[in-house]
Amino acid sequence: MAHVPNPRPTGDFRVSYAADRTLFKTKNETYFVIGGILLVALAPLFFGGYVLSQLILIGIYAIAALGLNVLTGMTGQISLGHGAFFGFGAFASAWIAGNGIPVMLAIPLAGMMTMAVGMIFGIPAARLKGLYLAIATLASQYILQDFFARADWFTGGTYGSLAETASFFGYALDSDASYLYLVLFWVIVSFVGVANLARTRDGRALVAVRDHYLSAEIMGINLTKYRILSFGISSFFAGIGGALYGHYLGFVSAEGFTILLSIEFLAMIIIGGLGSVSGSLLGAAFILLLPQAMEIFANAVATVVPAIAQGTAYIKQMSVGAAIILFLVLEPEGLVHRWRMMRASWKLYPFSH
Amino acid sequence: MNTSLLLQLLVNGVIVGMLYGIVAMCFVLIYKSTQVVNFAQGEFVVLGAWVCLSLVVSMGLPFWLAFLFSLVFMMVFGILVQVILLRPLVGEPVISVIMATIGLSIFMQATMNWIFGNNAVRFPQVFDQATVSIGGLNVETAYLMSLVLSLVVMGMFFWFFQYSRWGLAMRATAWNQQIAQSLGISVGRVFAMAWAISAVVSGIAGVVIGLVSAVSNSLAIIGIKVFPAVIVGGLDSIVGAIIGGLTIGILENLAEFVDGQYLQIGNMYSVAPFYVLLIILMIKPYGLFGTPDIERV
Repeated sequence: MAHVPNPRPTGDFRVSYAADRTLFKTKNETYFVIGGILLVALAPLFFGGYVLSQLILIGIYAIAALGLNVLTGMTGQISLGHGAFFGFGAFASAWIAGNGIPVMLAIPLAGMMTMAVGMIFGIPAARLKGLYLAIATLASQYILQDFFARADWFTGGTYGSLAETASFFGYALDSDASYLYLVLFWVIVSFVGVANLARTRDGRALVAVRDHYLSAEIMGINLTKYRILSFGISSFFAGIGGALYGHYLGFVSAEGFTILLSIEFLAMIIIGGLGSVSGSLLGAAFILLLPQAMEIFANAVATVVPAIAQGTAYIKQMSVGAAIILFLVLEPEGLVHRWRMMRASWKLYPFSH
Repeated sequence: MNTSLLLQLLVNGVIVGMLYGIVAMCFVLIYKSTQVVNFAQGEFVVLGAWVCLSLVVSMGLPFWLAFLFSLVFMMVFGILVQVILLRPLVGEPVISVIMATIGLSIFMQATMNWIFGNNAVRFPQVFDQATVSIGGLNVETAYLMSLVLSLVVMGMFFWFFQYSRWGLAMRATAWNQQIAQSLGISVGRVFAMAWAISAVVSGIAGVVIGLVSAVSNSLAIIGIKVFPAVIVGGLDSIVGAIIGGLTIGILENLAEFVDGQYLQIGNMYSVAPFYVLLIILMIKPYGLFGTPDIERV
């Protein structure tokens, strides 16, 4: 990682280990996060359906992307099957809720179920790493996809399955405005959870496995345990995200959870910033909004060059591929790095070097 | 037991497996000499087929000329991809390189969908006779050509790596880049050449598949089928790639036979290779012919 100056305000002395391990490093950071949460919570007062639905989707994808970031960013393992785990969470939650358990409970239960499945498919990670692991997870993507199409009792097969509407003590969360609070709750829980994970013994063990697995093993870290654990954590969040997605749409069908979704999740964390908690949110927002921005742009161009009009759908897909490539070549550390640079230059002004 | 169906599926398996083997060979060539996993190999195959087809259909060129032109096009394309996209990523972690080729594959898919359309298109009649009779068996000319071309390509690969100066340079680079460089081999040029050869041969495979069935963007799935093949054979073995391709081709068709005759599960054809892939990765991660990667501290 390139060095980014991260100046502390004057007088902020850390005199104990506890003070050095706080969740938010400065007061302003705390205010910033709380302010952001308040803004989203107040959004239903000011915005209509479209903005709210985008906020909900960003939240859902951010939870799943966060899970992948634990696996890929923190532990250094590549997964090309995250989209399938996301789908498994959606089907699992719909299935559990369909068996008479309230949706509020079904969502965490679906997360647990996906976690178990993720740990089973993570077993190859005990022996494999890097490229071989990527290929193994590619296989799990296709095997799960095949399972979705085949397991009628669980997923409704090719017809898909209905997911019940969530309700909170008898109050149905059937509007975008009310569902937003459910998603917001899970976003806060997941992000605080992962930010805390990074400060614990287990979290540091995961990072050690990423940075140098042999040294980690010599220092007494059980490689197999932590590699599979990181698959479990990652699939848990994929499952939560998928469950929220299923209950939001009300209908789950296997077509949505292809390899393309897995690739989009990877794109989110690369564009947001590998290993960065806030980067997962930025990346999810970027990947979700980019195709829509491109559509508006393409429609605007189409008024001048009519030939563009029929290619709008393709331009949307091209923009995702181009974004991945351009970020890798020009800004491999992601949006979070950009943000840190901006913050540093603001804090150090006028002595930026 | 339906013997004639089994026989027919086995022949199918060998022909499809040969093509898998060729594409797997291209994949291994790139991995061996540049340490890049090319997730866009399937798109290379489709691109070659589309270029040749559109030259035949819209420009009205004779088939052999169009074929040659499309190979030249693929060569230039392969070199451009290496120089523009992958040269800046030399020395970056595995995930960056993997994601770059995945990004390339998404981009190419969308572009080809836009330019060439979503439908499957058949080549116009290329051969005078649709079938050739060999020893009483009627064989489609296209199948025969695919078999012959596959064998020719494999022979050329063998000759190139065994006897030609550039082939030796590429093997030296694959073995150890620093030593190769100190012996005066231009590693940058070898990298570009590996991509060029791989793209050209993928293009040949694409045209052959297009002749046998039809050209469509869904052919890019062959780029995914290549993974089971190369894992069976070993990621860095060219002979392994061919044997892996044949194995997967035959296995797919056998799975279809067993499924259709006895199990009736459906769709075994497309998933069986991935189960095999996982099993091989668990027991013999470096495949049948791959070199184990031994780390010393």
